[in-house]
Amino acid sequence: MEVREKKEIVEVKDDKVFAWPNLVAKEFLAAIFVTVGLLFYSYIVDAPLRELSNPGQAENPAKAPWYFLGLQEALVYFDPWYAGVVLPTIIIIGLILVPYLDNNPKGNGYYTVKERKFAVTVFIFGYIFWYILIYIGTALRGPFWAFFWPWEQWTHDFPTPPPLHDMPLPLGIILMMGFYFAGLVLPVFFKRDILYKWGFIRYVLTMGLLLTMIGTVIKMVLRLEFSIKYIIATPWINI
Amino acid sequence: MKIFPNLIKKITESEIWKSVFRHGYADTSRNRVLQIISNVWLHLHPAKVREHGTKIRFTWCMGGITFFLFLFETITGILLMFYYVPDVNRAYADMVDLMYVVPFGRLLRNSHRWGAHAMVITVSVHMLRVFLTGSYKPPRQFNWVLGVVLLVLTLLLSFTGYLLPWDQLGYWAITVGTNMARATPLLGHEGPFAYILGMKPDNDIRFALLGGTLIEAPALLRAYVWHCIAIPVIASALMMAHFWRIRKDGGISGPL
Ligand code: HEM
Repeated sequence: MEVREKKEIVEVKDDKVFAWPNLVAKEFLAAIFVTVGLLFYSYIVDAPLRELSNPGQAENPAKAPWYFLGLQEALVYFDPWYAGVVLPTIIIIGLILVPYLDNNPKGNGYYTVKERKFAVTVFIFGYIFWYILIYIGTALRGPFWAFFWPWEQWTHDFPTPPPLHDMPLPLGIILMMGFYFAGLVLPVFFKRDILYKWGFIRYVLTMGLLLTMIGTVIKMVLRLEFSIKYIIATPWINI
Repeated sequence: MKIFPNLIKKITESEIWKSVFRHGYADTSRNRVLQIISNVWLHLHPAKVREHGTKIRFTWCMGGITFFLFLFETITGILLMFYYVPDVNRAYADMVDLMYVVPFGRLLRNSHRWGAHAMVITVSVHMLRVFLTGSYKPPRQFNWVLGVVLLVLTLLLSFTGYLLPWDQLGYWAITVGTNMARATPLLGHEGPFAYILGMKPDNDIRFALLGGTLIEAPALLRAYVWHCIAIPVIASALMMAHFWRIRKDGGISGPL
């Protein structure tokens, strides 16, 4: 709106076309293609139906629907309260906040990476990571959620995974606080105007969410490379 | 020779025809507008749209296809409801009947199932496109918020449907999914700090979801009611708001 006032009277190029038939015809075609494609696929591939449910005999592996397998995969690295509840909640809240956190006026209504490198990079990273986890959970996890490459046979006797250990509590707390502290403070040193441009609250929320996403990945790496079970282990809560 | 055109003329100029179709089909600008604004369904669209908004390379048509899949699921879902009873003693048998006995039952069930998966994919791709075009920026912030809620509802729709066949796949998938609720901080009996609110297996949030401590008849009924009535109604209401907002926010986004 502000932009328009400054520009005074601008000839708005009228690129409008009639919705009928320009838009409606395409929608109609899309609907036909989708219907035909869906019916064709349904004709050749049956929807799964296993035996009658049996509470006494657990499926192994028991898998959630594929779109939740990223979260189930995260269970390997985190306790259920985080992987199954807090992480998805943070993702949803983070998504809802996107329009209010991203105050870059450029790139509104057209494709551009150059004008909004940060936003696009972060979003694409999260998007791809979500689907990578889903792929691992769907295709590479066998009985007892053991890892199998696509070319490996699923078996029940795989080598026992190495024992896991927790970080000492003080070290864990220091690392965790140091991570968030450094993550919040360092960018301000490298890009002085960032606080001014974003405002304090927006900055803290954005970086907090970003650091949590990165931290989630880091924890997975720690687990895989250094057999770390918990960074912070207490009788009440483990992270 | 003239019988056919005459007949058409007679029909299209009759009172009955004209009471249904208010205007002719001649390809004039006026008719193109009328075509949209005199039709309650097409009226979802403005009579004129910005040209780039009709380009598939801009929208990928993903929002529209998501909506279409929702309609497709509604229709096939209603047909499935004629054959399916959410009773633990019948549900699985009804599935087997659908696959082997009911005419076109297999196609019906398959397409409902694959359509649901497709919808999850298209809605997430739609979100990706909206992000990449920056279409959540002012004035469309709130429509993005509505979208996120729709995304969650789409997942929940699919998830609640998963239990209904009452087979091993659905049963254990829902077991894994709802077991997460046990671990909810404060509200699940195995979650951190649950003791503060005195959570036990028979009064926590998982209990509320399942209507019991195990996945049994009440859980099946709950999944069914959420799946067939509650979530579709909520999602429809939000979709209406979503589409309404697109127009109120100045139509499809685009370079100024
Ligand atoms: C059931 C789910 C949904 C349906 C049926 C739906 C449908 C639509 C349709 C038909 C459009 C018109 C443009 C297009 O086709 O791309 C649209 C636009 C839009 N959608 Fe959705 N949508 C859904 C979910 C979402 C989600 C998950 C988001 C984001 C998180 C979202 C955000 C938006 C926004 C911001 C616009 C305006 C885009 C613009 O003006 O360029 N929607 N939606």
